[in-house]
Amino acid sequence: MIPEIGQFSLIIAFFLSLTMAIYPIVGSLLNKKELLLYARPMAIGQFFFIMISFFSLAISFLLSDFTVSYVTYNSNTSLPFFYKFSAIWGGHEGSLLLWLTILSVWTLLVSLFTKKLPERYISLVLGVLGIISSSLLIFTLLTSNPFERLLLPVSDGNDLNPLLQDPAMVMHPPILYIGYVGFSVPFAFAVAALLDGKLEKGWASWMTPWTVASWVFLTLGITLGSWWAYYELGWGGWWFWDPVENASFMPWLAGTALIHSLQVTKTRGLFKSWTILLAILAFSLSLLGTFLVRSGILISVHAFATDPQRGIFILALLSLISGGALFLYAFRARTIKDEGSFDLVSRESFLLINNILLIVSVLVILIGTLYPLFLDALGMGKISVGPPYFNLVFIIPMIPLSLFLGIGMHASWKKTSLSKLINKLSLLVLLSIIFGYLILDFTFGVSNFLTLIGFILGLWIILSSISKPAEYIFSNKLKISNFTNKLWGMTVSHFGMGIFIIGVTITSTYSIETDRSARVGDSWDVGIYSFTFDDLRSVSGPNYEAQEAAISVFNGNNLITQLLPQKRIYSVQQSPMTEADIDNRLARDIFVALGEPLGDGSWSLRVQIKPLIRFIWLGAIIMALGGLISISRSLSESVRNKYD
Amino acid sequence: MTPSRKQRLFLVLFLVTGVIASVTFALKAFQNNMLFFFSPSQVYAGEAPESRVFRLGGMVVEESIKREAGSLTVSFIVTDYANSIPVLYTGVLPDLFAEGQGVVARGQLSDDLFIAAEVLAKHDENYMPPEVAEALRISREAQK
Repeated sequence: MIPEIGQFSLIIAFFLSLTMAIYPIVGSLLNKKELLLYARPMAIGQFFFIMISFFSLAISFLLSDFTVSYVTYNSNTSLPFFYKFSAIWGGHEGSLLLWLTILSVWTLLVSLFTKKLPERYISLVLGVLGIISSSLLIFTLLTSNPFERLLLPVSDGNDLNPLLQDPAMVMHPPILYIGYVGFSVPFAFAVAALLDGKLEKGWASWMTPWTVASWVFLTLGITLGSWWAYYELGWGGWWFWDPVENASFMPWLAGTALIHSLQVTKTRGLFKSWTILLAILAFSLSLLGTFLVRSGILISVHAFATDPQRGIFILALLSLISGGALFLYAFRARTIKDEGSFDLVSRESFLLINNILLIVSVLVILIGTLYPLFLDALGMGKISVGPPYFNLVFIIPMIPLSLFLGIGMHASWKKTSLSKLINKLSLLVLLSIIFGYLILDFTFGVSNFLTLIGFILGLWIILSSISKPAEYIFSNKLKISNFTNKLWGMTVSHFGMGIFIIGVTITSTYSIETDRSARVGDSWDVGIYSFTFDDLRSVSGPNYEAQEAAISVFNGNNLITQLLPQKRIYSVQQSPMTEADIDNRLARDIFVALGEPLGDGSWSLRVQIKPLIRFIWLGAIIMALGGLISISRSLSESVRNKYD
Repeated sequence: MTPSRKQRLFLVLFLVTGVIASVTFALKAFQNNMLFFFSPSQVYAGEAPESRVFRLGGMVVEESIKREAGSLTVSFIVTDYANSIPVLYTGVLPDLFAEGQGVVARGQLSDDLFIAAEVLAKHDENYMPPEVAEALRISREAQK
């Protein structure tokens, strides 16, 4: 009964979203005010029925209803409660339902928190969101119904993929999706502005908090995924340039460009059509990501069973939504007029450089990700592009980006005197270079030029960020009370970026990675640490059996820790899985993973020392925090307005 | 030309040069880092390059995984059921690497032996790398 309720609600939601898509758009084209009024109630109704549908699936999972095919394939009676819930998004159908649920929440929020905006414009925004939502709903209902019943019921399920039975994996998909799907809101704002024709004056300011909020979630989602891959996949890497990772990273880069370009549009009334194009691009890349991940054309932990029909359907959706928006853009872009001008040396120029470099890096990643698929589709051979390509082509735009970032923060709008800028920053540049060199030389030793550059640039961004509020504190003319949340947000985010760059630079240069064979009683050294293989024993968990090694780590004669890496066999799927153990400090991680038995009582082991790897995730979290600070004012204001 | 126009021109030229340089560079890097995929039959037919890294994929032959006790070096045979190529690898193998399962290895040919620098297995028990599935289909059709 419950699955039928879920499916029926999904059908109702489809009709509501279709109404939400058609009525406001037709209403605004024919100038019929009464049709516009349908948008908000439909958004609420759609939210209500999608929620019923989502919770129906949740209940089916929690009750282990194995008459539902999707539950059977992704759950098991012995699965811990926690993972039964997260198994909802353990496969294709449930992930789509999660996507839709999140879209309905965003749509609801837009309809609730925009009461002060022009009715016609917001109705169009909701209409565009309705187009997206109704097309994905029909896709789900026709090709990927999560409520499909099995003809022959089974006694127990297939279990959730053991790799996904992990706390970070409970959080990663929803948070990532909140970000991914959230870009539909700036997309809708942009397309509505184009549809509206007269481009309401405030659209850039209205769009900003939604864009930044989505960006914050996307940042956190990607960070969680990277952290999970690091400890769970058993390889000790934190980024693999896997096509699916790229699929989430490209919208992030485009979203970052959009946030910066929005500042120019908002403050100076410039870059208008470029901002609109970026909003379209960011969501199109999110949709492309969904297509890449869900169509099963990629070899990846994220790709579920292959089904070409779904792939073609998503491709059609992509061309409809993005193609439609781009067509509209081409048609209307001429009517968008910028107000005013700017000098060569001005904040506008630096933000323009930021945008160009970010979009160039999106392009080179897009080439590396799509070109192999393209060749394959044409039957011209199967190729892949390895991490060396991405590392190289990504670092190149990032070097000038980091350099200009530090300068741009201190440039003023419209026109800045070059000599003043040089006066202000030359000391910081000098400090970054001297301290960068000395610190690196003192700690890890300067071993190659690129590492030195990376370290200096990281330090430069940190110093340049800190000097921004410092200037307000120590200056006679400026007051720190005038340092707005927006400025704090910028400072904190950029500071996080500096931390991130230092983390990446140091980890990728000074990590020690070894594979070795060892048996109980063996001792060996890696870097400055000594390891002893103390014991090997059998342990059992709720739904797995494991071999666990006990390995002591010494620094000289001091015992630092005992690591307990495991090799697990999950009882249902009978597949082995490596559970690495990590001793993490801010300064370094010691990573040990247990490989396989080698025949004579010895095991293969992977032992790695990773200096400053925590800086990578820490930096990303600080960036997200900065985003949150920058919109904290508009968040609290909109909540206040709502209850006034 | 007014000073502001001159500046604008300067900015545009700067950006265009930058973009062209990066794209050229990207394409060059792309060419250097492109990895081709070959099935055992293609390698057997001599289609795979001798001194260049490529990816080899197929099924791991039953009872072909051999290693000296205690050594990290392991040898196994990869097949598409028409032809087979022996592979040598030193290091920790992925969790789902097993006989009778699909595998993709990155490495180089040395005489008739494939020296792998990296071995990838699937992430899920029901999942087959698409390249391997395709290679198996082609060799099956060739045998008919």
